Amino acid sequence: MSNYRLNYLDQLESESIHIFREVAGQFERPALLFSGGKDSITLVHLALKAFRPGKFPFPLVHIDTGHNFQEALDYRDALAESIGEKLIVRHVADTIQAKKLTEPKGKFASRNALQTYTLLDTIEEFQFDACIGGARRDEEKARAKERIFSVRDEFGQWNPKLQRPELWNTYNGRIDKGENVRAFPISNWTELDIWNYIRREKIELPSIYFAHEREVLEYEGQLVAVSEFVDLEPTDKISTKRVRYRTVGDMTCTAAVESSASNIDDIISEIIATKTSERGETRIDDKVSEAAMEDRKKNGYF
Amino acid sequence: MDILRFITAGSVDDGKSTLIGRLLYDSKSIMIDQLEAIEKQTKNREDGEIDLALLTDGLRAEREQGITIDVAYKYFSTPKRKFIIADAPGHIQYTRNMVTGASNSDLAIILIDARHGVVEQTRRHSIIASLLNIPRVIVAVNKMDLVNFSQDVYHNILIDYAAVAQTLGLKNVTYIPISALNGDNIVEPSTHFSWYDGKPLLQILEEVPIHNDINLTDARFPVQFVIRPQTEALHDYRGYAGKIVSGIYRKGDVVTIQPSGINTSIAAIEVGGVEVVEAFAPQSAVLHLTDDVDVSRGDLITLTDNTPQVSNELEVLLCWMDSKPLQVGSKYQLQINSRLVRAVVKEVQYKVNVNSLLQEEAPEKVQLNDIIKATIKTAAPIPYDSYQNLRVNGGAILIDETSHVTVGACMIQ
Repeated sequence: MSNYRLNYLDQLESESIHIFREVAGQFERPALLFSGGKDSITLVHLALKAFRPGKFPFPLVHIDTGHNFQEALDYRDALAESIGEKLIVRHVADTIQAKKLTEPKGKFASRNALQTYTLLDTIEEFQFDACIGGARRDEEKARAKERIFSVRDEFGQWNPKLQRPELWNTYNGRIDKGENVRAFPISNWTELDIWNYIRREKIELPSIYFAHEREVLEYEGQLVAVSEFVDLEPTDKISTKRVRYRTVGDMTCTAAVESSASNIDDIISEIIATKTSERGETRIDDKVSEAAMEDRKKNGYF
Repeated sequence: MDILRFITAGSVDDGKSTLIGRLLYDSKSIMIDQLEAIEKQTKNREDGEIDLALLTDGLRAEREQGITIDVAYKYFSTPKRKFIIADAPGHIQYTRNMVTGASNSDLAIILIDARHGVVEQTRRHSIIASLLNIPRVIVAVNKMDLVNFSQDVYHNILIDYAAVAQTLGLKNVTYIPISALNGDNIVEPSTHFSWYDGKPLLQILEEVPIHNDINLTDARFPVQFVIRPQTEALHDYRGYAGKIVSGIYRKGDVVTIQPSGINTSIAAIEVGGVEVVEAFAPQSAVLHLTDDVDVSRGDLITLTDNTPQVSNELEVLLCWMDSKPLQVGSKYQLQINSRLVRAVVKEVQYKVNVNSLLQEEAPEKVQLNDIIKATIKTAAPIPYDSYQNLRVNGGAILIDETSHVTVGACMIQ
């Protein structure tokens, strides 16, 4: 701190706090989309720095696919309670029933795409005008082009060709009724930045981020947890391995990595040495096509 | 470790995307699965070389058309620094995208094709770098392999560019010969440039001093949000939350609230919930004031002995960013940091020719990508600094009142 210099984590933290406060200052009814993953946990930590000793000017909102890891759900509930903030949970299963949606089929039937319906319904139910999310630009090519304040039309759609120019640190959050903004405070953070920050700030994480024994199914080089949501066939190769999760999404579309990293230092060493990107290694849903993420975002995905 | 934000200016033809791909690849920031994805796409190419440019084109339309449409942000880091690249398209119809990318950059890399030398596009990119007041420029003379790594070719381009830099008043210009395609002089010094005694590009990027670019003299604190817990224990707590965009604030400092002009002093400062005696740019902080004065979002807290200008008439250089032409006399919203006021463009004095910097007669209709000099009148006074002196309190955006789109970028004179 001497010589009035900020290191890079302090700079990133300050930028994120600034974005949080812009959301609070510009919108009537924001919400923080909370998944239980490390990125949204980091978001909550940053929000504490931005608004304490006041309350958050928004609730935490979780769109529960019903395919979540129990560890992540337990963590979510404990966190909301310990910080004394409001948590709203909406279930994809309810949307499927109410709207007579078709459950996806297949071995790893993922409700990932169906989440969008529940999210849009929840936005409408609470009249949210801004949803704060934990997307990072380093995650994926389509995300690399998204603004920090990203406008979605009344159908929740992202139009990459009609994005507003975003200059300096000035965020234009003006919208029409029915539209909403997705705000991304950690846009400029990388996976490694997140881990270094979690280490520095001693942020607690769900246990599945650390190495543990788990029954997994090997499928095209990826390790998928054996659970009631995955259709097992007699030919499947199942074994118990020591694994951890690099990202935490649905049990059906998030793969584990073999690891013995039992603490943050070990995880950071592994990430520095890794040769595969976070999404490439652990997300089954991004592999469908080269523009998988772009297409989902256009339809209202996070 | 700190963060360097830079923009690369140049077109596909100059090898811009290849250069970025090369920086990511050679700094080992590209992962195997990302490489496999581009290898799949380059399979059909005859030469079989990996097309590093494909790494930066993120949207389907861009890959299909082989062009960059929008600003993409790319990240890599070395043990010395974290880098954020704003990758913006170079053609004239994308001037607004380059302006956007330039607005947050500490440095611009201007690419010149060694075979063509300084061309119209080089001038335009340099003019934008100077208008947006990017503190430093690296001129990278690329494709040196195609001119036999000739020192004469390089030297002549240097002389030509020095003239451009002088006209524009660009300071801190560094020159470097490279071949992005082969990685010459990018990460390691190249044996092809025995006559070049400078450092390779990545080393320059790692070592360029950026910390001095933060202004620690003119203290400016735009209020974003007022924290009032209103609980029993914190009944009187009233904290002004914002980011110190420049300068230093200390407990006890006498401050002025702009634009009201009310004076008070700083009772306490918090950073990340911890009380501190001083805070400085670019920290986010919470300020507590001694007196119970009227302060809300959009106000600017400054030190009383160093105040900005306050006016409701602004002279600006304006880059128009909307396909709908600017209407003189139309009302817009003007946003500068957290302050939002109604504004009207009163008069357009002239248009800047972005290829020559010459002033041209004001056009009847100000079109997308035009840069003009204009006078803007605001419905309430604006505390501001000149953009050339203090970028963080001299840049404003114009917002269309009905479509809510950002239609203009103003550099206040």
